[in-house]
Amino acid sequence: MDKEKRNHLIRLFVAIALVYGMVAVLEATLRPTSIVFTVLRKGAIYSLVAVSMNLLNGFTGLFSLGQAGFMLLGAYTYAILTMPTAVKESDRVYRYYDCIVHFDTGVIVGLIAAGLVAALFAFLIGLPVLRLKSDYLAIATLGFAEIIRAIFQWDVLGPLTNGANLLREFKDLSRITLPFSDIPFPPTLFVFIVVGICILLIVLLINSTYGRAFKAIRDDEIAAEAMGISLFRHKELSFVISSFFAGVSGALLAMFQYTVQAQQFRTVLTYELLLIVVIGGIGSISGSCIASFLYIALSEWWLRGLDMGRFLGIDAPDLFRSGFRRLVFSVIIMVIVLFFSRGIMGDKELSFERFKDGMKGMKARLARTKEVKG
Amino acid sequence: MFEIKNLSVNYGGIEAVRDISLSVPEGSIVTLIGANGAGKSTTLRTIAGLVKPRSGRIEFMGEDITGKDPAYIVGKGITLVPEGRRIFPDLTVLENLKIGAYLRSDSIEDDIEWVYSLFPRLKERSWQYGGTLSGGEQQMLAVGRALMSKPRLMMMDEPSLGLAPLVVRDIFSIIRKINEEGVTILLIEQNANMALQTADTGYVMETGRITLSGKGSDLITDEGVRKAYLGG
Repeated sequence: MDKEKRNHLIRLFVAIALVYGMVAVLEATLRPTSIVFTVLRKGAIYSLVAVSMNLLNGFTGLFSLGQAGFMLLGAYTYAILTMPTAVKESDRVYRYYDCIVHFDTGVIVGLIAAGLVAALFAFLIGLPVLRLKSDYLAIATLGFAEIIRAIFQWDVLGPLTNGANLLREFKDLSRITLPFSDIPFPPTLFVFIVVGICILLIVLLINSTYGRAFKAIRDDEIAAEAMGISLFRHKELSFVISSFFAGVSGALLAMFQYTVQAQQFRTVLTYELLLIVVIGGIGSISGSCIASFLYIALSEWWLRGLDMGRFLGIDAPDLFRSGFRRLVFSVIIMVIVLFFSRGIMGDKELSFERFKDGMKGMKARLARTKEVKG
Repeated sequence: MFEIKNLSVNYGGIEAVRDISLSVPEGSIVTLIGANGAGKSTTLRTIAGLVKPRSGRIEFMGEDITGKDPAYIVGKGITLVPEGRRIFPDLTVLENLKIGAYLRSDSIEDDIEWVYSLFPRLKERSWQYGGTLSGGEQQMLAVGRALMSKPRLMMMDEPSLGLAPLVVRDIFSIIRKINEEGVTILLIEQNANMALQTADTGYVMETGRITLSGKGSDLITDEGVRKAYLGG
């Protein structure tokens, strides 16, 4: 490995360690109910699913809108598996049905199973659907997500899914502990660790031979096929892997929300994610992450005052009423899309070199304006 | 080494290739010339496995490869330099080359060096995105990418398309050089003059049929070919 690459890796590790250290410190000092944690947790979860969507949309060129459906599968799988057997057999959650699952698993097994179930469904759906192109693929996957949501609320599946009722008391973020002990694990740090591992796996995939083949398919299907890349196999692979991580993030979302209900996984969720991917930059992992945190911070925290009567110190209860936030939010999104039409990051990644270059460019520009003025 | 027997292909609802036969001896350069829409590209795409034939037989090294998948055919040692170059614009030059070697599991370092020695320009630009190259450089990249699969037979679809005459000369001298290094070449061209000068054997295709064949040097003096393709 050459020196530059090694330095790059070292800096990357230091940056990641700093982020995790910061999360740990925040968690040790701030009130656990602080809004900061909501933003960090939800932002991290959205980052994972946005990155997984980017793998499909940005790196393989498959326009799929099934994310909400795969998240739903992951959330249900996780909730059903990790709910303690005693709870399942009581009538606290399954009030109208007798739960047919008579065992429970740990958090890690639950998370992996959530991904696997979503991946299995993706595999089966992919067989017919991935032969479709662009818009048709989007419509088919969107339809799948809606159908799954309806099926999970179906009475007949009640003994498994609890019908249209809530699932709760599974191993949510307030119930995770260190392995083999009762000591609670810091929840935000937990989300960051899981999300970090998953995104690392996706990055490794994108930089592998498979990732290169995905990008080749995105750039030119015919040329890729002529190079001996099997289009269907690689599309299926990308679809299944993307769905696996959507499933994991669905499980994390369930842990974050403490409850699971099919109603939470509407198409709007997919559109939110699509927006994040577009704002972050199609084909940029760091862009998706930055956009996720920005989006969540804006919608959950910074613009909240717009719904509560007081924003930036201005009291205007008549104007800042429930719903006004959505209006302002839409305007902000329009501005972003108009002025950053390729997203915040384009298809580039965040790096120190880029940051340095940017600073140099700014300095040069400043110097030039000074010269002109002088 | 390579043989097509009575091949017919339907493409886009019409019979694009009608009962053609041709053979490519090992180590030679064979060209297929003809006007727009004669069925040349369809023939190459069928050989590459991108289009399935209606009838006929394609043989390579004594093996029947008719209707096999592109991946299988590339694995056997046939590669296509597609029409209009079709390099991957958002991948770097080096990544483009690596994609060419996608099916190989052995070391590709030597072949990357070989391609760079054939096209020094690509080496200078190895970190540049494919889409930022000039037309001639893109054609070099498309040829280099095809060579990365270590082909025994390289098929080229109109390598001179849209290139300046000087660049075309360069490309054809590279084709000869690659051929001297042991790669058999099947070339289709509208630039009949250049193609026939380079090729050992030529076939003339018209509306899906092969109407004439012979040595390149003979065809170039043929009255009919001169009238139709070489401007009198």
